[in-house]
Amino acid sequence: MSEQAIDLKKRRFLTGATSVVGAVGVGFVAWPFLSTWSPSAKAKAAGAPIDVDISKLEHGQLVRVLYRKRPVWVFRRDATAIDDLKTLNQELLADPHSKENQQPAYAKNIHRSIKSEVAVLEGVCTHLGCSPTYRPEIGAADLGGDAWKGGFYCPCHGSKFDLAGRVYAGDPAPTNLVVPKYHFISDTLIRIGVSPDAHEVKPIFKSNKLT
Amino acid sequence: MKKLLLTTISVLAGIAVSFNVLAAVSGVHLDSANTDIRDQKSLQNGAKLFMEYCLGCHSISFMRYNRIGEDLNMSDADVKENLMFNAEKAGAPIVSSMSKGGAIKWFGAAPSDLSLVARSRGTDWIYTYLRSFHADDARPFGVNNKVLINASMPDVLWELKKTKSAGEFDNDVRDITNFLDYVSEPAKLVRVDLGYKVLGFLLILLILSYLMKNEYWKDVKYGKWRAKD
Amino acid sequence: MDNNKNWIDQRFPLTKVWNEHLAEYYAPRNFNFWYFFGSLATLVLVMQIVTGIFLTMHFKPEETMAFASVEYIMRDVNWGWLIRYMHSTGASAFFIIIYLHMYRGLLYGSYKAPRELIWIIGVIIYIALMAEAFMGYVLPWGQMSYWGAQVIISLFGSVPIIGPDLLVWILGDYAVGDPALNRFFSLHVVALPLILVVLVFLHIVALHTVGSNNPDGIEIKKNKDKNGIPKDGIPFHPYYSVKDVVGIVVFLMIFSAVIFFSPALNGYFLEHANFVEANPLKTPVHIAPLWYLTPFYSVLRAIPPMFGSQFPGVIMMFAALLILFALPWLDRAKVKSIRYRSYHYKIALGVFVVSFIWLGYLGTQPVTPMNAILARIFTVAYFAFFILMPWFTSIGKTKPVPERTTE
Repeated sequence: MSEQAIDLKKRRFLTGATSVVGAVGVGFVAWPFLSTWSPSAKAKAAGAPIDVDISKLEHGQLVRVLYRKRPVWVFRRDATAIDDLKTLNQELLADPHSKENQQPAYAKNIHRSIKSEVAVLEGVCTHLGCSPTYRPEIGAADLGGDAWKGGFYCPCHGSKFDLAGRVYAGDPAPTNLVVPKYHFISDTLIRIGVSPDAHEVKPIFKSNKLT
Repeated sequence: MKKLLLTTISVLAGIAVSFNVLAAVSGVHLDSANTDIRDQKSLQNGAKLFMEYCLGCHSISFMRYNRIGEDLNMSDADVKENLMFNAEKAGAPIVSSMSKGGAIKWFGAAPSDLSLVARSRGTDWIYTYLRSFHADDARPFGVNNKVLINASMPDVLWELKKTKSAGEFDNDVRDITNFLDYVSEPAKLVRVDLGYKVLGFLLILLILSYLMKNEYWKDVKYGKWRAKD
Repeated sequence: MDNNKNWIDQRFPLTKVWNEHLAEYYAPRNFNFWYFFGSLATLVLVMQIVTGIFLTMHFKPEETMAFASVEYIMRDVNWGWLIRYMHSTGASAFFIIIYLHMYRGLLYGSYKAPRELIWIIGVIIYIALMAEAFMGYVLPWGQMSYWGAQVIISLFGSVPIIGPDLLVWILGDYAVGDPALNRFFSLHVVALPLILVVLVFLHIVALHTVGSNNPDGIEIKKNKDKNGIPKDGIPFHPYYSVKDVVGIVVFLMIFSAVIFFSPALNGYFLEHANFVEANPLKTPVHIAPLWYLTPFYSVLRAIPPMFGSQFPGVIMMFAALLILFALPWLDRAKVKSIRYRSYHYKIALGVFVVSFIWLGYLGTQPVTPMNAILARIFTVAYFAFFILMPWFTSIGKTKPVPERTTE
């Protein structure tokens, strides 16, 4: 027996192979740990779509509901408000035609909703996540006087949005408010969380299964 | 070293054998439930029977309806039609609609939650228990049980027992037991298969690391590592 | 690369630590099977800490929520079941490893001079680990958690005079309840892990100061070559690090087999009764601590009440633990390893191991007259091993110890 029996090449190969396979193993183990941070079945069940009854919602009235722990506004615009949405233009608003992907395709219109009268918006400022206040009064002195056609004002950093959730140009918030997925189950019942074309709630336990 | 290890192992084996001799078997004889958690048909039938015959009183509140659908390959429509008698939302926990106060009035005790009964009692117990009701006029419901004497539960499966053959009835009870076994630990459906994969992976790692170790230890054998410095 | 290394080395002794404890830490070349358990114990400690951190993110240390939150982890949290099983199986694995590690010490006299302090720190780790495991077992708030805690904490109530007040102070209530659960949680996840990590660090520092013992019980430092390197030593890294990797993989295979195929291990790792939520109105038919505590539980039950008090049993139980500290001074033998000891020691060690395992088994069983007698016999044997040690280690003929390690 001699030192020739020591094959450094083989040793390097085996060290490399063991390290690579070991690292893959560590990766496999890390995955379950990291995935525990994703919403649990309980959180997903609590975040299931919700129904909002709008039969008693009057013109100008706004209701706040919680969907997935975030405020969602449902409010009814009157004819003046709908008309005003058209007059607010590029100079005043940052994205009047909703080019940014902040709404589902079926809400990509001037009123950013399925029906022009009924608006559904996520009440979370796109700047840093505060919830803006509802300021429907036209011509409010503190919000620009005559130019103000009603909308939302964020108390945290002063961003302004119109009654379709479009952000005013020059404000800290970069984009329009988000329109969540929703559809009308009937004329008076809205389901938030499901698009008109997908009625079935998807099963939610996939992540617990080995895929 | 080998001798030592052998001595140790034989001593341990001797002790283990003597434990078994000492541990006297006590209590009622339990029939083997012989359930198979991989048998999806059995689990589906068990789920249906549970919802029909057990959920009236017993909750399995750690379980959600849509989890059953997902695990047992039932569509949401199936789950809604066959399983969801009490709940609206697919993600809701499976809770009996019986009120606790009423239960205490009618049965003398609130029926227990059965989410974990297969882990605390074991499947053989459930299987034998459900098949061990016999007439006893001294009891409020006219039945008693050989496994759990003076159980406050009536024989809810009597209708099944009457209309089906003994073999069919046993199969139904086995399906309920199987379902409860699954309910007690839904992860059981995946963990065994995953276990084989993990062991397979570790076996590869074992072979590689063992060969690596042998390569390095050639140095020790030939005293070569000293030459390096 | 070298520049970076220099930059760090000027500010932190990285290379020095690496060399001192790995690359130029010379371990005896004749380590056998029994020498895997030190690194395995470290691995399991790390694993328990990591899995524990993730379990803590989902667990609720509150009387009415604890049990449900464990089931929440088992069902609703993604992969929660795996992490929980790793933690619960890890607890038992830790004790199996620690017991084998300590048995190694007994086999090769690793507690004898100059390694007394390593042994003492080790025994403290062992005791801290028992406290850690006991409190951890309370957290799932099942029937065994609750009644086990009730029984063990009641021991403090048997202390003369101050007992009853002490008991209430420990519990923060008149029985085991929310305050106890909450403080055990804090101790289990913060205090004891910190203590354990520090103790393990000290254990290793002490070991690396004197150097490892070996199956021959020879001091390899007595035989050095011209470079000052022990002739029978080899650098820990890479030789023992690659060997330990093999040991770790083998361990992980056994560990995985338990986790994936039998996580409750027939009630030994997760007791059946603990799948029923704690109920202060209903004691389970048979209460037993988890297997790793049962030898001492057996000692406790073996001692009958005296003067109307359970206290003597409690004293004996703690004595059974504390006597381990005296081991380095009870052993009078000139040789360390069992390979060269007289047959007296071999017999005594055999009797001791059998007694310890029997005590452990009896602790899992209900008390019957037969079991009570057996428990007393094995309790006497357990203590006899230590008390008679100065005698049986100083008589008999030992074999000559070689100069150099044997293969």
